[in-house]
Amino acid sequence: MTNIGIYICHCGTNIAGMIDVEELARKAAKLKDVSVVKDYRYLCSDPGQDLIKEDIRSMDLDRVVVAACSPRMHESTYRKVLSEAGINPFLLEIANIREQASWVHSEKEKTTEKAFDLVRIAVAKVKKDEPLESLPADVIQRVLVIGAGIAGIQTSLDIANIGYEVVLVEKEQSIGGRMSQLGKTFPTLDCSACILTPRMVEVSTNPKIRLHTYSEVEEISGFIGNFHAKIRKKSRGLNPDLCTGCGECTARCPTKVPGEYDEGMGKRKAIYTLFPQAVPNVPVIDRANCVYITKGKCGICKKVCPAGAIDYELGDEIVEEEVGAVVVASGFDPFDPTSKEELGYGRYKNVITGLQLERLLHTAGPTKGEVIRPSDGAVPKRIAFVQCVGSRDEHANKYCSRVCCMHAIKNALLIKEHHPDAEIFIYYIDIRAFGKGYEEFYKRTQEHGIKFMRGRVAEIFEENNGNVVVRADDTLLGMVMENEVDMAVLSVGMVPRSDSAKIQKLLGIATGSDGFFMEAHAKLRPVETLVDGVFLAGTAQGPKDIPDTVAQAKGAASSALGVISHKVLELSPLISEVDERLCRGCGDCKDICEYGAIELITLDSRNAARINPALCKGCGACTVACCNGSIKLRNFTDTATFAMLEAVLGGEA
Amino acid sequence: MTEFDPRIIAFCCNWCSYVGADLAGTSRLQYPHNVRIIRTMCSGQVFPSYILKALELGADGVMIAGCHIGDCHYVSGNKKAEERFRMLLGIMKTLGLDARRIRLEWISASEGVKFANTIKEFAREIKELGPRNGGKE
Repeated sequence: MTNIGIYICHCGTNIAGMIDVEELARKAAKLKDVSVVKDYRYLCSDPGQDLIKEDIRSMDLDRVVVAACSPRMHESTYRKVLSEAGINPFLLEIANIREQASWVHSEKEKTTEKAFDLVRIAVAKVKKDEPLESLPADVIQRVLVIGAGIAGIQTSLDIANIGYEVVLVEKEQSIGGRMSQLGKTFPTLDCSACILTPRMVEVSTNPKIRLHTYSEVEEISGFIGNFHAKIRKKSRGLNPDLCTGCGECTARCPTKVPGEYDEGMGKRKAIYTLFPQAVPNVPVIDRANCVYITKGKCGICKKVCPAGAIDYELGDEIVEEEVGAVVVASGFDPFDPTSKEELGYGRYKNVITGLQLERLLHTAGPTKGEVIRPSDGAVPKRIAFVQCVGSRDEHANKYCSRVCCMHAIKNALLIKEHHPDAEIFIYYIDIRAFGKGYEEFYKRTQEHGIKFMRGRVAEIFEENNGNVVVRADDTLLGMVMENEVDMAVLSVGMVPRSDSAKIQKLLGIATGSDGFFMEAHAKLRPVETLVDGVFLAGTAQGPKDIPDTVAQAKGAASSALGVISHKVLELSPLISEVDERLCRGCGDCKDICEYGAIELITLDSRNAARINPALCKGCGACTVACCNGSIKLRNFTDTATFAMLEAVLGGEA
Repeated sequence: MTEFDPRIIAFCCNWCSYVGADLAGTSRLQYPHNVRIIRTMCSGQVFPSYILKALELGADGVMIAGCHIGDCHYVSGNKKAEERFRMLLGIMKTLGLDARRIRLEWISASEGVKFANTIKEFAREIKELGPRNGGKE
């Protein structure tokens, strides 16, 4: 005898405002096997949950349908309610009458009718649901962190300091990320290196952190608690264990090429470290530019290396790591303004990006902190900052990159401090100084005589003397203005890191329309992804400043610890199972399975398929491939689907 | 005469399209009420017989929606769905059913707008095709 209870949530007026809840309850009460229907203002509240629990106990309900918000919101909440009331948590279905009905339709009668259909579907399904038990699985108590910028560094340190092991993988030859490129940071003007390098050293000396630099994750398989990662340690062209970091090779290398780390503003050697405080302090041979590797001549670095570490033929190494959780902290790239042709970047020498200016202002940068313009090396006296390049722009990225206003203001102030007579213009749409102490900092710069010009820059063109003319629409004066300056700085926004698509595919996580990785919930689950055991930190999830990045990194650390601090986790029992009596052992299911979760076994001298519950992810592809219906995806069976279709189309439940 | 009010079934995968439909909801995007969503774990979990059963029971249109190719939460379930959908189109022809009544769509978790627009478009097309029982099918 089936005894179903149906509970309809008003969600304040979110549902009750567009659905006639009483009418819905009346209709639902007439469905077969339904013992009770109740509606309540907020079902997810404690009294709402208690209402269901009491009914389960007092009326001997054995199955429950909740008509409320999306199951992605509260399915787990109500499963817990069932458990606590003493019935199997999988005998629950949610009719999503908020996201799929009250929020998307505006005719009350039709919406109520649709809500009733959704309830009928849920009732039909819940009758076919079977009680399931979660599967216990051992947890590998280590975390993989991808990316060792400030986000990855903070996450790793937090986890390691609690006492768990971290595998930290960095694509570049040193950890430090974008923050290491910065000179002074807003709004306190403390130097980036002064606060970052101690953390970098902490990472390299922490015995709980296994650091793989100049390395990329190539493959990840497994599931929450049990991930297996294959990591390629790229060859540095030298043996890092022998290298002492003396720098003799770099000093004597005759080849000079534009340095990526300096954003092309300075030159580096063909054997080089990114910056003096690099961690590890071990150089890399740039194989594309090394004369020995390309032409077979030179070999100076090998001759001068006192440790005998140079080995041009050294190949890549593959290391494998087992972890229980993954944190993605892969960061951002600056927007490439070449596509904004009207701004002349790449064509006019004296149009540079904000990050290029940052390298010029950096005391350890290519000019030792002196701002000069690229065309003639002169000190620019009139400088224009162009805001929102590649951000808040229908033709590039619609989002605000959140740091460029403060970054331009900070650099304007630094230039003003060096050269009080410099004239600085900041062309902006709106100034967004939202962080703690930001507005005050903005006010301070205004007092220094920096001119804020409200209007988006339409065009930049070059004069014969190398100067550039900025043409913009001044929206305060309502007129077009032209302004000849010595140099223009484009405040480029943030875009997802160039290889983020690769990481997305590795982990099966989602990206939003802006290309950044998507969190599980915009407000309440900001560091989780939809893949269990995979978390996000920093700008990989969206543009952020340093304080927000660090805060999110700490959040990701605590979420990852929430997984790996358990020795055993309960895995979802929503997986496939084989009826071995029916199975003909053809192996079609084995061939279609992406996870190698199915093997053929011998059973009474015939073949039969068997599923490894730890490997099965419950996609159900095998169930469709099976020629005689002997594999079922638990609680997503064909009989349940037919029952749902009959309920909604045939009019029965 | 009452206006033809089509009945549409949409099988939406748990990871992309169902989330896209939720996003249409949280963004308060309006679309025709005709669609009834059935959640599946993956588009590759949808049996071709589900679609035929829905049509047999009187659905005027059926949609399968999954993650974009390359983005499948289960690596390649959507590719399997695509192959089976091609086969379904052949069966539709054999059965004398109008192939425009079934539809395969890739809708990601961030494409609430695409979900709403797809339903708008599909409902309009099905309305133009008219009811099945009243027609020749």
